[in-house]
Amino acid sequence: MIFPSAQNIRNIFRSLLANKVRSFLTMLGIIIGVAAVIVIMAVGAGAQSLILNQVKSLGANLIGIMPGATEKDGPPASVMGINITTLTYEDARALLDKKKNSHLLDLVAYTKSIGLVSWQSNQYSTNLSGCTAGYPAVEGGEVEAGRFFTSEEERNLSRVAVLGSTAKRELFGDNPALGEKIKIRRHVFEVIGVMAERGKVAMQDYDDQVFLPLKTMQKLIAGVDHLGLIRAKVDNAQNLNQAMADMTAILRERHGIIDQSGATDDFSVRSAAEAVDMITQVTDGLRFFLAAMAALSLVVGGIGIMNIMLINVAERTREIGLRQALGATRLDIFRQFIFEAVAITFAGGAIGAAIGILISFLAALAIGHFGYQWDFIVSGYSIVLALAVTSLTGLVFGFYPAAKASRLEPVAALRHE
Amino acid sequence: MLIEAIGLRKEYILEKVVTKVLNGLDFRIERGEFVAIMGPSGSGKSTLMHILGFLERPTSGLYNFNGRDTRSLSDNELALFRNEKVGFVFQSFNLLPRTTVMENVRLPRLYARAREDSDVRTEEAVRQVGLSHRRHYFSNQLSGGEKQRVAIARALVNRPEIIFADEPTGNLDSAAGAQIMELLQDLHQAGHTVVLVTHETFTSEHAQRIIKLKDGLIISDQPVAKRRFARDGSFIK
Repeated sequence: MIFPSAQNIRNIFRSLLANKVRSFLTMLGIIIGVAAVIVIMAVGAGAQSLILNQVKSLGANLIGIMPGATEKDGPPASVMGINITTLTYEDARALLDKKKNSHLLDLVAYTKSIGLVSWQSNQYSTNLSGCTAGYPAVEGGEVEAGRFFTSEEERNLSRVAVLGSTAKRELFGDNPALGEKIKIRRHVFEVIGVMAERGKVAMQDYDDQVFLPLKTMQKLIAGVDHLGLIRAKVDNAQNLNQAMADMTAILRERHGIIDQSGATDDFSVRSAAEAVDMITQVTDGLRFFLAAMAALSLVVGGIGIMNIMLINVAERTREIGLRQALGATRLDIFRQFIFEAVAITFAGGAIGAAIGILISFLAALAIGHFGYQWDFIVSGYSIVLALAVTSLTGLVFGFYPAAKASRLEPVAALRHE
Repeated sequence: MLIEAIGLRKEYILEKVVTKVLNGLDFRIERGEFVAIMGPSGSGKSTLMHILGFLERPTSGLYNFNGRDTRSLSDNELALFRNEKVGFVFQSFNLLPRTTVMENVRLPRLYARAREDSDVRTEEAVRQVGLSHRRHYFSNQLSGGEKQRVAIARALVNRPEIIFADEPTGNLDSAAGAQIMELLQDLHQAGHTVVLVTHETFTSEHAQRIIKLKDGLIISDQPVAKRRFARDGSFIK
């Protein structure tokens, strides 16, 4: 009798149903554990796809250049909040050299900050984006009224500003903004343009900002001389690698870096594809960590199973004696109880998986309701894993009670009251 | 000769106190006999039945079953003997709860070596005890007498060489008890070897022969002079 007979299986489920409350409480730990694992995996996968979709929607032909060296696969140092001053406006100008950088369409260089903007008695704290005139070409976005600043203005300390739609609404309400004077840190700027609303993409709010010419931003507001970021648009995603190589070469030459291995680079060139890989790596790690935490509750559930199986063995001592009298060997008894433990955990796992899938689905519906592109992703892998782990839990925690049952002496078991 | 016991002894040691239950028994039981083992409680009759039924081993002495010395049997071989050679009927029925008549009767088949004809044998055993009309009833839907008949069918299903019935009428009223005794007598009539364990003289007189035990010794071993037959209403007191 390697596998229990159909009759044994029937009996197990009958006895589970006969003690509904007890069975449910026994399985509860397992149910919660499995449901939690599946929800975390599914919600994690959904969040991951949301971020990735948004990053991809930025365009596959974008290249980011950040100051500071980085590990090949790690995040850029600037992401960690370290201020590195190795990238300058002149670098950005040099990259625009079409002879050396033939695949480049356009680029935009940034120096960003946060600051208070005021118009008449209204004040609003927003993102101040000092950038070059290439912004609309690279990042997209429509100018709704007026115009964006020119490359002349980006250099000659012009005091002009273009408002994101949120910044415009907060400062001006329904009043026209074009031609008005706004104040940032005691400096007066003329509003020359208002951007159309764009919404959030990849966690970045395109509307809640005020665009200033790069040099104006650096000298008057931020008081720095370096760039935070250059973003470049390439003519075709297939030329991405060539473009990255070209730009790396230009920057190495300008920075006097001879080492071609990249080990001494004081900048990093990244494509959106690499960013996607990095995000996937980070979110995967987070997801599996959370799932492992949730799986801990399976251990707690397993202890509950062991407890109830010990009670079960004690309550059914006479039955064990009877089965021995009818010819059951110690191994037969062991198999019966270990199978019961696995059956309980497996049933708990199946119920938990169903609940987990349902919750994940409802979560996807709810988040979708708020307008996010949220995918409902439950991998077969996570379900199989959950059921395998719960069955294993049954095996591990059912072992001791089953061994105890199998060691009973037939006569003593039969006499048990 | 089916059973031969020579100098059978059984002692229990509990916390260094030795309790002697059987103090050297010698007897034989032939195939096809209906023997009652009778004695007051504490006389050792249940222990004797457990040893004869391979549920435990004697401390010393010889127990030959069908000419085979049983001293060298392993735990698994004892289990196999219990499964194939003997059928037990207990005072308290010992049916599984939430389980049908058929499933209870089939239980010993789960542990049998060859199980191909289990359905046929189960049907046959249920028919033998006259419960075919109740075969899909659950055990808790049966009367006491019916439960004991299920237990007898369960004892028969592996076609054992001997049936041990331990106070089979102890939990039944007279009418139900009469039916059970009648069934045991019918089985004996049909060729089965039956060993009945009881403390009642009256019940033991339904057997052919009575082995009387007291304090772990046989005090008499005689054929029943005036045998009672349940069919004639002898069991109704």
